Amino acid sequence: MASTISSVPFTGTSEQEAKLKEIIASLKDVPGSLMPVMQQAQDIYGYLPIEVQTMIAEGLGIPLEKVYGVATFYAQFTLQPKGKYNISVCLGTACYVKGSGDIYEELKKRLGIEEGGCTPDGKFSLNSCRCVGACGLAPVMMINDEVYGRLTPDAIPGILAKYKD
Amino acid sequence: MYRSHVLVCGGTGCNSSGSHHVIEKFTEEIAKAGLDKEVSVVQTGCHGLCALGPIVVIYPDGTYYTQISADDVPEIVQEHLLKGRPVERLMYDEENAGTEAKSLADTDFYKKQTRVALRNCGVINPEQIDEYIAVGGYEALGKVLTTMTPEQVIQEVLDSGLRGRGGAGFPTGMKWKLCAPNKADQKYVCCNADEGDPGAFMDRSVLEGDPHSVLEAMAIAGYAIGAHQGYIYVRAEYPIAIKRLRIAIKQAREMELLGKDIFGTGFDFDIDLRLGSGAFVCGEETALMTSIEGNRGEPRPRPPFPAVKGLFGKPTILNNVETYANIPEIINKGAAWFASMGTETSKGTKVFALGGKINNTGLVEIPMGTPLRTIIEDIGGGIPNGKKFKAVQTGGPSGGCIPASYIDIPVDYDHLKEISCIIGSGGMIVMDEDNCMVDIAKFFLEFTVDESCGKCTACRIGTRRMLEILDRITKGEGKIEDIDKLLELATYVQENSLCGLGQTAPNPIISTIKFFRDEYEAHILEKRCPAGVCKALLSYNIDPDKCKGCTLCARNCPVNAISGTVRQPHVIDHEKCIKCGQCMENCKFGAISRK
Repeated sequence: MASTISSVPFTGTSEQEAKLKEIIASLKDVPGSLMPVMQQAQDIYGYLPIEVQTMIAEGLGIPLEKVYGVATFYAQFTLQPKGKYNISVCLGTACYVKGSGDIYEELKKRLGIEEGGCTPDGKFSLNSCRCVGACGLAPVMMINDEVYGRLTPDAIPGILAKYKD
Repeated sequence: MYRSHVLVCGGTGCNSSGSHHVIEKFTEEIAKAGLDKEVSVVQTGCHGLCALGPIVVIYPDGTYYTQISADDVPEIVQEHLLKGRPVERLMYDEENAGTEAKSLADTDFYKKQTRVALRNCGVINPEQIDEYIAVGGYEALGKVLTTMTPEQVIQEVLDSGLRGRGGAGFPTGMKWKLCAPNKADQKYVCCNADEGDPGAFMDRSVLEGDPHSVLEAMAIAGYAIGAHQGYIYVRAEYPIAIKRLRIAIKQAREMELLGKDIFGTGFDFDIDLRLGSGAFVCGEETALMTSIEGNRGEPRPRPPFPAVKGLFGKPTILNNVETYANIPEIINKGAAWFASMGTETSKGTKVFALGGKINNTGLVEIPMGTPLRTIIEDIGGGIPNGKKFKAVQTGGPSGGCIPASYIDIPVDYDHLKEISCIIGSGGMIVMDEDNCMVDIAKFFLEFTVDESCGKCTACRIGTRRMLEILDRITKGEGKIEDIDKLLELATYVQENSLCGLGQTAPNPIISTIKFFRDEYEAHILEKRCPAGVCKALLSYNIDPDKCKGCTLCARNCPVNAISGTVRQPHVIDHEKCIKCGQCMENCKFGAISRK
C-alpha cells in the first residue's frame, strides 16, 4: 500500500473550505452520505489530506478514524496529491495480455518514478488502474481524461513530449 | 422529418478513439452543406465492435462505416449524404467475406447475434427520453402498473426463467418472490452497476446506450416487491455512464415516470445514484450495500439475506444491470417469448465482452447455449496473426478457463459449471499459444490479493500464500509438491471465505491446473515456460549456422551481453542477458531463438 500520510504541505484555500462546508451542509442528513461527501471533497482539493478528512469528520459528526478507514479502503481516494498530468496505465486482463505491463515499465523508466509516485517538478504522477472498459483498444493508458490506445513502448516518448508545459 | 440519420457511436470505446470529434465535424459539415434540415446527427450507445471504432452508421440504408476520423467526415457528407454515393473505402470490410461492403445487419458479427439486453444500444440516442419512448420504452411499466398485480409481475419473471446476469445465476423471479412478503416501513431496489471484472464492459454499454431500460426495470421491480426507493451503485470509472444516468433520471422525473403517483396509479418510486470508489469487492451484494451505507465495503455474513435484512437493515433486492435490461422486454413480449430462447435451464440471451487475442474485440449478445466455436470463430472472427487458439478465460478472476479442446461446448450456466467454469458477468478473454497459463493464474491472483478486503483470514492470507507459490513457479523455483499444495490451499480458501470474492478467488488456479497441468510441470521440472512468457525461465541463443555476424543484435542489446566480431557468429552472455528480446526482434536472419 502506498504511504498514507502526505509529505507535501497542505495548501487549501478558504474558498475551497467554504465549498466543502456547503456540500457537507447539503448532504448531512442524507443516509450514507459519507462517500458522496468524500468524492466531492476530492474533486475540490484533488486529494484527501488529513486536514480535509478532519473537516469532513467534524462536519458530519462522525469519528475521524471512520473517515480515514473509508479513505484508505477505496482505491479512488488518494491521500497524496497528483501531478499536473496523472497517468493511469490499465493493467486489466485484456490490456495485460496485450502487453500493458511493458508500457508501465517504460513509463516508470522514463519518468524515474514508481507506482503512486509523482515527479519532483509536480508534473507527472503515475498509477496503474483496473479495466477502464476500452478493451477493444488494448493496451490503454489515460493521461488525465485523454485516452491513448493500441500502445507500444516506442510510442511513449512521443506521447510524453505532448505534455511539455 | 429527416431523410437520413447519421448514428455515431458515443460509447467509451469509440469515444476513446475520438468519436466526439467525429460528431462535431459531422454537425459542422452538414450545416455547411445546407443539409441540417434533412440529415440528423445522433450520438448513440455502443454498437459492439469496439476494436474498429469510431463507428458510424447511416440510415435508412444502414451503411456501416468503421474507424472514421474527423478528416473522413467531409468526404462522407459530400459523397454519401449529398450525392447518395456511399464511400466504399471507409465501409466495414469483413476479412473473410471478400471485398464486398455490407450493411450492418449482414455482417457475420451481427448476423449470429440476438440482441435483447442490447436492443436499443447503438439505435437510440440515450440522452433523449423521447427516443426510448418511441421504441416502446416505459410501456412495460405502464402495463405493470395499470393491468397487473405485483404477484403477476413476479410470476411473469419467474416463468421467463431469467437468471441473474451478474455472475451467480440465481433466478431473478425467485429473488423478488422471497423479498415481496417481508413487511417493513421501507424496502429498497438496488442495481449493481459496479462492473469490476477486468475485461467486462457489458453493463457499461447498457448504461451508456440505454439507461432508461434500467430505470424502467427498477420501477417495475419496486412495484413487484413494494419498494419506493432505488439505488444504482455505479463505479466511478464510468464517467459517460454516470452522466447519461443522471440525464436519464432527470428526464424520467420531469415526465413523471419516476417520482410520486406514476401513471396516476398512486405508485411512488424514485432512484438515486451512488458512486463506487474503486473497490472490486463492492460488486458482492452485501459489500455493495455496506458501501452505499457509507462504510468500508466489507461483506456481511448471510443469513440474514438481503431479501430480509439488506440496505439500511431493510428488505432489499439487488440485481445487475444486464438482468434489469431484460425485464421490460419480458413484460412486453411475455415470459414464453423469453423462455423460447436459450437452453433448458438457461433462458434468454447473454451479453459477452470479447477481448484479448481475437479479431473482433467488442460486445456480442447471443442466445444461451450457443457453441463457443460460433463465438470465437464466426462472431469473433478468429485469432489474429494466424496464431493457435489456446483457451478462453470466462468470469474474470472468479472464473476459469475453457481449453481449446472444449471449443464445441454450448455456453450456458450448467455446461460451463460441469467443467468448473462460470459464465460470470460475461467477460471472455481469448488466449493464444503465446499466453502462459501459469502467468495468467498469477495475474488473477495478484488481482484478488489486491482486492481482498481483508476481513476473512482465509482470503486475506490464503490468496497471498497461493500467489507466492505461483510466483516461485514462474521463476523456476517451484517444487513438484507445490501443485498439490496449491490445490489444498484453494479448497481451504473456497470453504472458509465469507463472500463470493474469496470463495471464487482460487478458481483460475484450479481450472488452469486441471487443464494445463503439463505447463505447471514444465515450469517446475524442466524450468521451462512453454509459451515463452515467464522471463526468468527464458534463454536466448544464437544459431551459429544462421548468424551472419552483422552485429545488429550486439548494437541493440541494452546491456552489452552480446559479443563477437564482424562476419563471425555472435554469442549471448547468459549472465548479463536481461531477456528483453531486443536481439531477436532485430535479427534479420532469424538466427536467434527463445526457449
